[in-house]
Amino acid sequence: MPPIKRTKFKLSPEQLLEMFYWLKLSRAFDERLSILVKQGKVRSGVYTGIGQEAIVVGTCYGLRKEDFIAPLHRDLGAFLVKGVEPRVMMSQMFAKTTGLSKGRDSALHSGVTELGIFGNTSMLGANLPVAAGLALTFKMEQTDNVVIAYFGEGASNVGDFHEALNFAGVQQLPVIFVCENNQYAYSVPVEKSMAIDDVADRAHSYGFDGVAINGNDVLAVYQATQGALARARTGGGPTLIECKTYRWHGHSEHDKAFYRSDEELAMWKSRDPIPTFTTYLRARHVLDDDKLKEIEGKVAATIDDAVEFAMNAADPSPEDATTDLYA
Amino acid sequence: MSKELSYLEAIREALLEEMRRDPKVFVLGEDVGPYGGAFGVTQGLSEEFGETRVVDTPISESAIVGISIGAALRGYRPVAEMQFADFISCAFDQIVNQAATLRYRYGGRATVPIVVRAPSGGNVGGGLYHSQNPEAWFVHRPGLKVVAPSTAYDAKGLLKAAIRDDNPVIYMEHKYLYRRAKGPVPEGDEVVPIGVAATRRDGSDATLITYGAMVVPSLEAADRLSKEGVEVEVIDLRSLLPYDKDAIFASLEKTNRVLVVHEDVKTLGIGAEISAVIMEERFEKLDAPVLRVTYPDTHPPFSHVLEAANLPNGDRIADALRRLAAY
Repeated sequence: MPPIKRTKFKLSPEQLLEMFYWLKLSRAFDERLSILVKQGKVRSGVYTGIGQEAIVVGTCYGLRKEDFIAPLHRDLGAFLVKGVEPRVMMSQMFAKTTGLSKGRDSALHSGVTELGIFGNTSMLGANLPVAAGLALTFKMEQTDNVVIAYFGEGASNVGDFHEALNFAGVQQLPVIFVCENNQYAYSVPVEKSMAIDDVADRAHSYGFDGVAINGNDVLAVYQATQGALARARTGGGPTLIECKTYRWHGHSEHDKAFYRSDEELAMWKSRDPIPTFTTYLRARHVLDDDKLKEIEGKVAATIDDAVEFAMNAADPSPEDATTDLYA
Repeated sequence: MSKELSYLEAIREALLEEMRRDPKVFVLGEDVGPYGGAFGVTQGLSEEFGETRVVDTPISESAIVGISIGAALRGYRPVAEMQFADFISCAFDQIVNQAATLRYRYGGRATVPIVVRAPSGGNVGGGLYHSQNPEAWFVHRPGLKVVAPSTAYDAKGLLKAAIRDDNPVIYMEHKYLYRRAKGPVPEGDEVVPIGVAATRRDGSDATLITYGAMVVPSLEAADRLSKEGVEVEVIDLRSLLPYDKDAIFASLEKTNRVLVVHEDVKTLGIGAEISAVIMEERFEKLDAPVLRVTYPDTHPPFSHVLEAANLPNGDRIADALRRLAAY
């Protein structure tokens, strides 16, 4: 397989710090949700992406408003980077009227078309054909906008994955398929669900390139994405980027994840994307103690504000259980 | 009204007119391109509109509907063809979980204006997988609309209405009627509104409620009963979700007797719902139990002998009407 073309990129110190902020905010958001579930303040529907944040930040950072994303159930950070207010996302988790679905569903099952966000169902991989449809309209309009569709290595075993990637390959659609290979489909380890090492290899059979990268390195993810974006924006068709990563928490907050070893978790925690990036930024004098304190303060204040806003927001009215079914 | 078209030609004319009227309308499906569709419904479309708006797809029913949903979110009005209604089960998740719930889980901020055309029904020697009537599955799913025309006029008018509707519409087109049903069609901008039944025959002694290809033997049976002195009112539902409760109740008011006829199997079919609604809301109007003539709870067999044993026909419907009138 020809490797994806390495794209040179230059990010200013301000841009690097923005990425850092999004990493920290995504992490803090999920960590707070985890606590809120334990406190019984958020009912359920929390599937954290803790440990995987470099993927959504590295892929979503710098996207156009017109570009579409179709995130998976752990990609709360993608909603934030693409422009949904933290207050709105927190309201969504609290099932309040100020949330995206006004209490109809939790988590990431809602979207914002004006911001280029599609919200999937619980059926993993079902977002991929929809992403292909979004990309088909970009092709019809001969614009250079792009769709980024996310899925886990588990969802790459679903029929929709095959149907969507095959169609995207045939039609040379402007879409990037981002696999977040976090090693487990709920409890089933990757070696029990695939007979190959890399999901990236599956791209061969659809006629486009696949590349496996370190998903815990935000700049590696960003670089791979820029290459795939350049290809997609110029009519070069789809790319599959497999990001190797690890989910720190269980499948959901109710899952104790006894199916994996402490050693394995510790090994992956040592590859935490945030300290890795912190070290990079410090070494280049982009980040110092003052700046770090400032960013951490802003993150904490943003999360506190979002929680307070959501907790005080209105519950839906009982009659809204049967509204918004039809236009 | 000078022009007469077959049911199949009427469907094609609706597609043609809507595609000419609105550049956002496009069709996609298996063999719909230059080949013109397995039944020839889309013949000529690709010549006029090109392959951008008449998209031949791989054998990927789930993706066909998923792609339609993605395009609809960007303001398009895709008309997806399932080659046979029997194959719609392959797209079930995208229809019932993705399309049907989308507006609800988006808090009313999105519409999904897709049409899924499904050539349905038996009496064409199709066997188990080319004869099914799966409409009740979709009537059971809030968020969808389901229509089932019986005449060329309605085939055109309802398809135009379905394309213009902002909700996902399952359009059940009966294969038996494709070339057998002929008649005038709406001209110009006229559509047949979704949710409105048509009275095909007036009568004061009993009400027969039916739809699709079963309108034909129902009218035949009603004519026979007329010779025996029983005047049967025949109501063609045309739309199954929403269905025209007012028309049913208005006829019941006159006749106090109801028979439901459908080609779908009996258990939990449309007849069960209509019977239950009459019991709940108009029990005092009934002089007789609501009766049903339907397919038995079995599969559509290939053998002509076996299929004929299952299909409702004029004899069976007339027998049921006699029983109903005898109360």
